[in-house]
Amino acid sequence: MSHYVSPIREPLITGSKTYHDITEDLVSPTEKVPTASWIIGFIIAISCLAFGLFCIAWTVWHGIGTWNLNRTIGWGWDITNFVWWIGIGHAGTLISAILLLFRQKWRTGVNRAAEAMTIFAVICAALFPGIHVGRAWVVFYFFPYPNTRGPLWPNFNSPLLWDLFAISTYFTVSLLFWYTGLVPDFATVRDRAKGFRKKIYNFLSFGWTGSAKHWQRWEALSLVLAGIATPLVLSVHTIVSFDFATSVIPGWHTTIFPPYFVAGAIFSGFAMVLTLMLITRKLLNLQDYITLAHIESMNKVILVTGTIVGVAYLTELFIAWYSGYVYEQFAFFNRALGPYWWSYFGMMFCNVVSPQFFWFKKIRRSIFWTFLLSIVINIGMWFERFVIIATTLARDYLPSSWSYYSPTWVEMGIFIGTIGLFFTFFLIFTRVAPVVAIAEVKSILKSSGDQYVGAHDPNGHHDDHGHHDDHGHHDTSHKESHASHDTSHAKGSETPVMVMEDELKKLEGIGPKISAVLKSSGVKTFEKLANTSVEDLQNILDTSEGNFGGNSPESWPEQAKLAFEGRWDELKDLQDRLDGGKY
Amino acid sequence: MAHNEVIFGLYNDEEDLLKAVKVANAKHLDIMDVYTPFPVHGLDPLLGLEESRLHIAGFIFGALGLLTAFLGMTWIFTKDWPIIFGGKPYWSVPAFIPITFELTVLFASIGMVVTFYIVNGLGPGVVNAYLDDRITDDKFCIAFDKHEVSTSSAESFFKSTGASEVHEKTI
Repeated sequence: MSHYVSPIREPLITGSKTYHDITEDLVSPTEKVPTASWIIGFIIAISCLAFGLFCIAWTVWHGIGTWNLNRTIGWGWDITNFVWWIGIGHAGTLISAILLLFRQKWRTGVNRAAEAMTIFAVICAALFPGIHVGRAWVVFYFFPYPNTRGPLWPNFNSPLLWDLFAISTYFTVSLLFWYTGLVPDFATVRDRAKGFRKKIYNFLSFGWTGSAKHWQRWEALSLVLAGIATPLVLSVHTIVSFDFATSVIPGWHTTIFPPYFVAGAIFSGFAMVLTLMLITRKLLNLQDYITLAHIESMNKVILVTGTIVGVAYLTELFIAWYSGYVYEQFAFFNRALGPYWWSYFGMMFCNVVSPQFFWFKKIRRSIFWTFLLSIVINIGMWFERFVIIATTLARDYLPSSWSYYSPTWVEMGIFIGTIGLFFTFFLIFTRVAPVVAIAEVKSILKSSGDQYVGAHDPNGHHDDHGHHDDHGHHDTSHKESHASHDTSHAKGSETPVMVMEDELKKLEGIGPKISAVLKSSGVKTFEKLANTSVEDLQNILDTSEGNFGGNSPESWPEQAKLAFEGRWDELKDLQDRLDGGKY
Repeated sequence: MAHNEVIFGLYNDEEDLLKAVKVANAKHLDIMDVYTPFPVHGLDPLLGLEESRLHIAGFIFGALGLLTAFLGMTWIFTKDWPIIFGGKPYWSVPAFIPITFELTVLFASIGMVVTFYIVNGLGPGVVNAYLDDRITDDKFCIAFDKHEVSTSSAESFFKSTGASEVHEKTI
């Protein structure tokens, strides 16, 4: 499509991909045997998961007494981890919903993986309250269903119950959104698969055909789901913050919590997306689809949300002092200079100072720094939740009940287990589904592929042609591998480099109609036009439908030659001399 | 789909496809369907497809969710089992807002997604007849029903509009 894209926009797909290249690059990881690094990663992840399951079993068998929670500190690592994971789960829906509404094209490279990450993170998060209740086997009591106990209903006025509804809804909607996006891509996998694999993907793709009406509804569905998922994603962490903000604990009872939690969630979510995608991009060779432009965009989001979080921290401090309320003042004094001072300063450094490095373009575009800082931010956001929860509880109203808390091996084991769960699921996901949304990447190819970006810009044009030449060999080699894959395919790759529709129209005397006529006769590039004789061009015009009697192609090859060689100034001089394309 | 005899042409580029659809409209050839690997913008008006009404389904299901949640909590806390929590009124409307919102979203999304699959005739285990494996890869397909459009006029149409391949199939 000839959407105009500003030449200063960076390409989002590099390597001069054709549609078939995109299919090939994105589906092939699911078709190959797993690499050694995948197998090693999977073994580590599943071992962590197994240990986590053991610790959960230990907890359920012996009771919550195996954790170091006490009367003063009733929430420790469990709720810290819960909030941390929920926060991480916010980036996926943000990328797929909010960025869809804002028409940010770079979302297509990362939305699929980020949504998957969301779903796995929410599973990890939901685990913690589930076992924290103690009798995990009756956790379904939380749901309001007509029961034999009265019926006795849950307390709908409680933020903890709101949380249950928010998280269940968030999980369900994320799953639906993710899967509906996956259906057309599963169809792509299906149409390349054979035998049993084909049957599996036939089931998974729900019989998708690619009919125009289906696509239209698919787009309508995505847009409306994005529209309702946007307030949803904001509501989820808002409600998580209500768990704290509606209490009467100094340090929790603050109205700043909802926006501050949401910003923090997006902040930590993007950090986790970067951590994961930088690894995935490397392992699956997705550098052409997740480019530095994508990474830089995400780093900008991190910079903005990290700064919001920083402002929120300072606002809290200021308001605690300004309120004149001694308990609130003590809560913040205790956070910064009490027994957990190290976690407070860890949080301040990781969340407020470290993202400020992203003011520098070099750091935003550096894989090494991005990866390092994304890990630092993940750690910092964990500290934030620990500071809010454990530090605040450790010093309550009665000094006689002050306490100190550090986790037992069981609590640590469950946390390690959720990390194992997360990576186990993610690694399986990279094997069974395309990690980048194939159809969506194809739909932005013509506006954001590197061979098209800047094609409208006369100054950028010369470079653009140089690029085509660089990739000449690349295209041929693809054709060969293509042919061996499926002989009938070879025909499809005869025009691997597609040319903008309006390119020929740059020449004086060629309008949209003639451009179309020429292209349907095989004259699609300046190069081809330059090498076509005036007689042949006249022939094409005479034999085509439409009345082109007033048009003379006499100057077109010469103009095309100049355009092809990038001599735009000379072309302009020539066109000044020409009269409607005639000498 | 019952047994349809179909003649279809494959194009290599969505711009060729859009032009071909325009030609078909000008020649009054009745297109059975168009299949593409990704949503091609500008195709719907050419095919005369009306705007999808899925959002109406979404609204209805959302409204259903809203009423279910709000009226459900109202009934439970005022009629079925009234309890005073923290000295608040039985019918404490502000406290019902979060759950009402969540169920609105939940009902709207589930309802819309299920509607989407039902009206499209898609779902787990559904096997549809596919014209060509490459339609989900890099081919753009225009299909004619042979009862509507004669083979010869379809062939000449595909030839003149630059289709890379023409096939016939019974689906």
